[in-house]
Amino acid sequence: MMRLRDLVGVVLATLREIFDESAYRRFLERRQMVSSRKAYAEFMREDELLRARRPRCC
Amino acid sequence: MPKPLRIVIWIGVALLGALAVATIALRRGEQINAMWLVIAAFCSFALGYRFYSKFVSAKVLGLDEQRATPAERLENGRDFVPTNKWVVFGHHFAAIAGPGPLVGPVLAAQFGYLPGTLWVLAGAVFGGCVQDFVILLFSIRRDGKSMTEMAREEIGRVGGFVAYVAVISIIIILLGATALIVVNALKSSPWGAFTIAMTIPIALIMGLYLRRLRPGRVLETSILGFVLVMLAIWGGQWASQTPSLARVFTLSASTLAILIIVYGFAASALPVWLLLAPRDYLSTFVKLGTIALLALGIIALRPTLHMPALTRFVDGTGPVFAGSIFPFAFITIACGAISGFHSLIASGTTPKLIRRESEARMVGYGAMLAESTVAIMAMIAACVLQPGTYFAINSPAGVVGQAPELAAATITGWGFPVTAAEMHSLAQAVGEQTLFNRTGGAPAFAVGMAHIFSNSLGGQAVMALWYHFAIMFEALFILTILDAGTRVGRFMVQDALGHIWKPLGRTSWYPSIVGTSALVVSAWGFFLWQGVKDPVGGINSLWPLFGISNQLLATVALCVATTIIIKMVKARYALVTLLPLGWLVSVTFTAAWQKIFDPHPRIGFLAHARYLASSAPAHEASRLIFNDRLDAVVTGFLLVMVVLILLESALECAKVLSGRKQAGVKETPFVASRFATEEQG
Repeated sequence: MMRLRDLVGVVLATLREIFDESAYRRFLERRQMVSSRKAYAEFMREDELLRARRPRCC
Repeated sequence: MPKPLRIVIWIGVALLGALAVATIALRRGEQINAMWLVIAAFCSFALGYRFYSKFVSAKVLGLDEQRATPAERLENGRDFVPTNKWVVFGHHFAAIAGPGPLVGPVLAAQFGYLPGTLWVLAGAVFGGCVQDFVILLFSIRRDGKSMTEMAREEIGRVGGFVAYVAVISIIIILLGATALIVVNALKSSPWGAFTIAMTIPIALIMGLYLRRLRPGRVLETSILGFVLVMLAIWGGQWASQTPSLARVFTLSASTLAILIIVYGFAASALPVWLLLAPRDYLSTFVKLGTIALLALGIIALRPTLHMPALTRFVDGTGPVFAGSIFPFAFITIACGAISGFHSLIASGTTPKLIRRESEARMVGYGAMLAESTVAIMAMIAACVLQPGTYFAINSPAGVVGQAPELAAATITGWGFPVTAAEMHSLAQAVGEQTLFNRTGGAPAFAVGMAHIFSNSLGGQAVMALWYHFAIMFEALFILTILDAGTRVGRFMVQDALGHIWKPLGRTSWYPSIVGTSALVVSAWGFFLWQGVKDPVGGINSLWPLFGISNQLLATVALCVATTIIIKMVKARYALVTLLPLGWLVSVTFTAAWQKIFDPHPRIGFLAHARYLASSAPAHEASRLIFNDRLDAVVTGFLLVMVVLILLESALECAKVLSGRKQAGVKETPFVASRFATEEQG
């Protein structure tokens, strides 16, 4: 049971990392902000240069 | 687990793997079950990971648990973040997995299932996984530096220049070739065109939803996007059956190409949050789910492979692409076995997330094994089709003829029986007007996938839905690559132009954004247009060109890795990267040479130009002749790049080995890891 819970935890953490939810959470912590439209717009602005240089493989 | 038991288990895995490989290699004239391919892959990959990657970790790279990674030393909560190894594994896999491992094996199946499968198994274990692993580790030891920077620092200025050119070349050729796959999959297909057109407003809705309604809820937004895409697939059927809509969405290859070029330009110039980011999320969501679903479908159905182990086309006369097994099977299957493009990911985001050096093995080597498993699944999807059906879908009209009866008769004449009526009823079953001449690999993969899915879930009644789901999945993949690739190419061009005139390098200056986007889109758009207008389907010339450029990038990566290993005073282990490098050089050189100079018009670009000059009317021929000559020049240029980096790398290694230059690498100095101390404490 414990192992299954761990597995689900890892899968969810992976999805949150892939889908940038963890990056957004870290951004909020770093800037000491709460989630809002303004905070997300700022996160996307900060993330834009990083993301735009990230190639997607063939 | 006691050691004797472990030994027994691994001997069992080795014996089972040997039996599976022997079965797929030695059976002739009888059909085999796809599970033999799955077992061969599972056992080979397990042995490769357990023994070979461990050898590379311990002896060649000397992974150091005590050494802090850049994620730990430079942690900033943005790009440098120590992350759980499974999370990094998933992240890395999502970044390296694209349409390449799906399309390459499908095209290479024209030789039969055997050559492609053996190349995926051996190429991954000894080549692709090693490349990804060593480049990842070397980047970790250099603060996450890119491959281009490592090439410049460890090989020299020419190495850096070649790496830059290789990256730009592969991006442009890749985008042209993959865009052609989408065009071939969607031409005259109102259902497919409608579904893919709908993904654009869906992505815009997702972007606005994320930005305005539920900031940061990406998973939730992706699920919403997925539901909308499913509705779009269902709506596509309705659109294809409504005459007024069907007319609008029945598009010719030329119209589709123009629309994709316009889309690529718009996506590159629009804000990231509006189109690129939501599409990327949606594509990743669909990609991970579909790959998992396909794996389950294959295991549940355990289909029989109808394609023989080897076909008559091993002699190089294949209709899908011309050329013999060596070298063309090895450049056609790039990403499933070894892909230079992966070295960009392994020296991009991933090295900045790794918490401990030891985890590079699982992420670098392991994620590539997962990618190769996807390639095996694609091979299975292509080979479950009757060979006649496979060749009818993948053969261009220029080879088998335009009329269904003529095409069917030609293919039957090759020894792969198929009738126009069978193809017509298959087309009806998947909701298409025709499946003849659907070159590019995507439609054949979609039919195979629909066959597997519909037999394990839903029956024949939903085959059309599964087919269009598969087409949507591949097109979504490819359009995301177009978005991201055009933007990455734009940034690279801006970086270079910024050295000439500073404002051109400013990524926020609109004239520069528009100008460089147009430049990159024109470059890949040219190749796309060339493919669309090619009388033999375009894939025959574009896919080998993509394979050559991708393997060129792998050559650059392996040159960097070999040079670093020799500079680490570990020359006795240099064969680990030198052997795949030697193989790739021989493959790339032979393929490039044949594509330029082979006297057969279906293989050699120059021979084809000569053939056109003597047979086609002058007004039609001049443009095609120009395209052939340009392709020959591009291939020759890539060949010169390989020679340059090989020479500079060999010179650098010779200097170190002869003692004329002191051995030493440009790694960041050792800093003790607090993670190791915490664990010991």
